[in-house]
Amino acid sequence: MKVWALHLALIAALFTAQFVLSPYHTTNLARIMVLAIFAMGYNLAFGYTGLLSLGHALLLGAGMYAAGLSAQLWGLAAGPALLVGTLAGGTMAAAVGLLALRTAGVSFMIVTLMFAQAGYLTILYFAPTTGGDEGFTVAAAGRTFAGFDLATDTPRFLSALALFAVGLLVSLALVRSPFGRTLVAMRENEERSRMLGYNPFAVKLAALTISGLYAGAAGAAYALLFGYVGASFATIQYSILPMLYVLLGGAGTTLGPFLGAALMFALIEVASGLTTAYLFFVGLALVALVLFAPKGILGTIRERWVKWLP
Amino acid sequence: MTRNTLLHPTRRNLLLTSGAGLLAAALPGHVGAQAAPIKIGFQLHRTGIGASYGRWYERTAQAAIKLINDGGGIGGRPVEILFEDDATDPKRGSEVVDKLTQSDGCDVVMGTLFSHVVIGSAPRAGELKVPYLVCSEGYHVASGMLNRWTLQPGITDVRSQIASMAPWVSANLGKKVTMIFPDFAFGHDHRDFFTAAMAAQGGEVIAQIAIPPTETSFTRYFPQIPAETEVLYHVMVGPAVLTFVKELGEFYGSGAKPPFFGFIDSLEAVDTATPGLEFLEGSYFWEGHNRVKPADAGEHEAAYRAAVGVDDNGASVSDTADVATYSHMFSTWETLFAIKAGMEASGYTGPTDRQKFVEAMEAMADLPYGIERPQGAKVFNGKTHQVFGTQNISQVQGGKLIRVHQTSMADGAYKDAVDYTTMSF
Repeated sequence: MKVWALHLALIAALFTAQFVLSPYHTTNLARIMVLAIFAMGYNLAFGYTGLLSLGHALLLGAGMYAAGLSAQLWGLAAGPALLVGTLAGGTMAAAVGLLALRTAGVSFMIVTLMFAQAGYLTILYFAPTTGGDEGFTVAAAGRTFAGFDLATDTPRFLSALALFAVGLLVSLALVRSPFGRTLVAMRENEERSRMLGYNPFAVKLAALTISGLYAGAAGAAYALLFGYVGASFATIQYSILPMLYVLLGGAGTTLGPFLGAALMFALIEVASGLTTAYLFFVGLALVALVLFAPKGILGTIRERWVKWLP
Repeated sequence: MTRNTLLHPTRRNLLLTSGAGLLAAALPGHVGAQAAPIKIGFQLHRTGIGASYGRWYERTAQAAIKLINDGGGIGGRPVEILFEDDATDPKRGSEVVDKLTQSDGCDVVMGTLFSHVVIGSAPRAGELKVPYLVCSEGYHVASGMLNRWTLQPGITDVRSQIASMAPWVSANLGKKVTMIFPDFAFGHDHRDFFTAAMAAQGGEVIAQIAIPPTETSFTRYFPQIPAETEVLYHVMVGPAVLTFVKELGEFYGSGAKPPFFGFIDSLEAVDTATPGLEFLEGSYFWEGHNRVKPADAGEHEAAYRAAVGVDDNGASVSDTADVATYSHMFSTWETLFAIKAGMEASGYTGPTDRQKFVEAMEAMADLPYGIERPQGAKVFNGKTHQVFGTQNISQVQGGKLIRVHQTSMADGAYKDAVDYTTMSF
């Protein structure tokens, strides 16, 4: 019960934040929540199932382009476009998983990285449609949801919050379900799981597909809430970022992705205001994390003090 | 019993009182002279692939701000510039527009070179209704892709730059052109606009060789160059460009070769006398602003170079190995002076006058040569939010870029694709 209460309290706190924070910070919080959705999906694959992917930018990009292009080419409104983007992320993950999950460990990292690179180059290749490396802006008509203009602060924030809340609660329900325990079993000892009668390939494929749905939703949300679709979101940088968020917040913790995304965002925001060498401090923070809290912030807290943290 | 400090002042009280008196006497005059500064935010490529541009854009913008402030500021108000790194990334670029506008309270925001950062940031500028003045030279402003709050008043767009090269190339170098370009949007702009411009001049692009963006070696592409090629047009950019030039030199060796024409974007911030680039000797380049000071340079060229800290060869006065991104960086200088002109014309007093400022910018037309525009006179098209100016063609002679031709504005003219003035704010 207290687990659900904690998660609902976070959602309530985020809802309240819009009345307390300045418009600038409210918009940033919307950005953080979208990034956290991406990271939550990554966490299901990496943190719970042990699938260390370097190709999640492909899934983010699939969602972003599917949503942006369907709004642009077919005139879909934000709701259907979000759905298309989410499904695109999941479908892409399933397709990649069918091939990539034949490998494991370092090979899996390399294969997923190569798929992502192929996706990035595909975006560039079809430049007349995708806008190539420059990308394109999403027209105002594609950024409306139930009559609300997502380019304005409150609808944008509430949309991001709603999506984040759904993602968080689904993630929590998932990891506490028997299926969630199977995911952890895959991470901890795949061979033993197989001996117990589970099909590791099917379980991992399901985990990766769900992870892709999250990434697709995040990509679609970014396109529709912030009005831009670009190939840079499909580069390696965006495969590394969710990993950093998850490692910082705590891999295998439901709230870790949000905490990691928020802290990383805040670190860049604060450090860039103090020095031009802000990336040095970002690097320093990550080195400190590896040295002193290798399980991430919430992972360490769970290990030492709050055992019930999911 | 308390001591009366008025009748028996201590040394400390006396000093405090006289100090306060001096301050009070000085304060009214000081306050009267100092109005609140106008804040200009600058989205800077400090890190990422555009960092070499960012370094020089910052120096150029700082020099322009100093000159503006020395001349009385904008409308009598001092000007402050705030730089924020966009990491040459569109996501961060959009966040930076937000930060500069909402957190730092900037009146307007400037955007720098890379097109994807500008395209990714413009929607946020439109949402915030903050004027976003870009120096990206991309055609995305004049194409109508962006919004009424985005303007490019400091540098000619790439479509016009490319088109203006065709008359001279076809008349002086040859009519059968082979193009080698990177297979992404920048290269595609060159492919499409130059092919059309050459056709208009009675020339022909006989081969288009697209190089994949991740390519690191180019030798295998060179056999695709047709033997009848009269001009080789190349616009490679990025870290592999030096390899490209070196391998092209090895491919032709000392044998006969067509004249080469390229855009200096490939070699911005790179010394053309660098060992390994000897092969470039005699080849031609587009330059927006001539790196090597031309013998017949305008009267304001020397003052501009001195203000920014660039010598006559286009390198830093304090480090000759630090070559400037000279061909493009004037855009930040000229944009800042365009902001000054727009604000003064609109009677800008604060953020509530942002719309008036954009309207005043749209009303601009002729922008004469002067210290405000050291690259040359320009014409601003208020409908397309795009400025147009003359371009230069230089030849590498003795390892230096020497100007051999200057285009007219008519050479790069094209039909308007948008009328932003009909769009709502």
